[in-house]
Amino acid sequence: MNRFFAFVLKEFRHIYRDRRTMLILFGMPVVQVLLFGFVLTNEVKDANIAVLDPSKDPASIRLTNKLVSSGYFRVAANLQSPEQLEPAFRNGSIKLALVFPPDFGHTLDHEGTAKIQLIGDASDPNTATTLINYANAIILNFQQEYAQSSLGAQQAPQPMILAESRMRYNPEEKAVFNFVPGVMTLILMLVSAMMTSITLAREKEMGTMEVLLVSPLKPLQIVLGKTAPYLALSFLNAVLVVLIGMLVFGMPMRGSFLLLGFECFLYMFVALSLGILISTRAQTQMAALFVSALSLMMPTIVLSGFIFPRESMPVFLQAVGTAFPATWFIPIVKGVMIKGVGLSYLWKETLVLVGMAVVFIGVSVRNFKSRLE
Amino acid sequence: MDHAIQIEQLTKTFGNFTAVNAISFEVAPGEIFGFLGANGAGKTTALKMLTGLLKPSGGQAWVAGIDVQRKPEQVKRRIGYMSQKFSLYEDLTVRENIRLYGGIYGLKRTDIKAKTAVLLEKLQLEPYADQLVAGLPLGWRQKLAFSVALLHEPRIVFLDEPTSGVDPLTRRQFWDLIYEAAHNGVTLMVTTHYMDEAEYCNRVSIMVDGKIEALDTPRNMKKTFAAEDMDEVFRKLARSGS
Repeated sequence: MNRFFAFVLKEFRHIYRDRRTMLILFGMPVVQVLLFGFVLTNEVKDANIAVLDPSKDPASIRLTNKLVSSGYFRVAANLQSPEQLEPAFRNGSIKLALVFPPDFGHTLDHEGTAKIQLIGDASDPNTATTLINYANAIILNFQQEYAQSSLGAQQAPQPMILAESRMRYNPEEKAVFNFVPGVMTLILMLVSAMMTSITLAREKEMGTMEVLLVSPLKPLQIVLGKTAPYLALSFLNAVLVVLIGMLVFGMPMRGSFLLLGFECFLYMFVALSLGILISTRAQTQMAALFVSALSLMMPTIVLSGFIFPRESMPVFLQAVGTAFPATWFIPIVKGVMIKGVGLSYLWKETLVLVGMAVVFIGVSVRNFKSRLE
Repeated sequence: MDHAIQIEQLTKTFGNFTAVNAISFEVAPGEIFGFLGANGAGKTTALKMLTGLLKPSGGQAWVAGIDVQRKPEQVKRRIGYMSQKFSLYEDLTVRENIRLYGGIYGLKRTDIKAKTAVLLEKLQLEPYADQLVAGLPLGWRQKLAFSVALLHEPRIVFLDEPTSGVDPLTRRQFWDLIYEAAHNGVTLMVTTHYMDEAEYCNRVSIMVDGKIEALDTPRNMKKTFAAEDMDEVFRKLARSGS
């Protein structure tokens, strides 16, 4: 054990002597969580809209006020003619335009139906869709209120379905709830897999790996000795990300810390074994970096459901996504933190991760041994 | 047990390719044995089998009296190794490197401390003990690497092109260290591509295409091949082989 300790000590020295490694290890997680948490969000607040209202009757004014009082919209411009729409969209001062017909209230009162136009700036399709949806919901709500009030008495009541929706687990629909688990998944993958593959490749590149292999250290001791420090630091990172999520962004922790810790360790183990697998193939640090970045980072960000919902992907890409550990880890983190569910709900994802760990470790050990045969 | 290294019909094949073809020889304790050959002649493969890094495909080898095929782990404890590329960590200090090697070879902390002091004094590295190895000149690093390979008092040390890229004066100093180790009974197996260094060895073997084509003292070898120096011997052999 003394041997192993001497070896682990050396690895810690490598890490803290290398400023870049330290920066990646501790600077990046904090910056990423804050960045994703504050900047990358689907929520819309105070979006600038333009209103073109030639009718200016009580009904149109009431609807406009209702939109503004929701907090989602802010009237940036009151337009006088349709010609003003195009320049307003072009210079980017508005994201949405609300266009009333000349006799909105009159038509609504007498014919029971009226048309308005919502025009979104779809150069940013996500935001446009979100804004249109918000506006539609508010207009629907307005219509129901309006029917019940003034003219409700005069006309026969129309059959109406009132859909009351509730957003469970995240009633305020905070995007952070999505990003904190995602960032955690990304960081742990990055630190565990990339750093492991690079640090092992470095020994090969420098020629020190041979010296280690000739020493009485067993190959397993070498691999464990090189990965143990990263496992410890990754765990520290996970704690850091969860704490920032909870303290800065008000992320809930409804499930058990113990379960989350266990799942984190499992996921890091999968990532580490992937890193070892990569390093058995990559000869240089650069090769290890590129392979890790391309084969792990991109799918973790793009295919796992971290940023883009998996449900909206083509079936083929959904299938590809299942091959990556992140796809299974994200639902686990969300399940434990946001829904507060236990292992009885997450056993499938957990089992997949266990399976991945076994396969990756098995293949790396085979690769490692085949070098010695 | 009389020989430091004993090899019989040692063979290594990779698929259809025979890298080492049934080589046999013995090395006596305290001998400086030059292991020469062009790149790809099979000397690195042979060295890897002797240090327990590769499993032989056939034949037998005993290093320090231990069967390499059966007990590679026991062999590893008894040998020292210094590779052509580099054996020290540049981002560790001189002292930390010594402590690391002492540690992975299972030396006690107190022993490591005592040995470190002796070693630093011998190499006159005391003022640099707590500086990073990256800052030392290459020649110093090589000498330090060799001394570190001797730290656990191995009976046999393998040196894989230890002096490549070092200036002639430092090479000379390096060989003084080798002689001193041999004088203390350590067996040294050295690969090199400096033919003047081959002359410093007690005996020299030359590998061509996986086989040992010549094995003798440098003096006898020059006589046999009617050559002025080892360089000429080597060129004559390598040419006939290809």
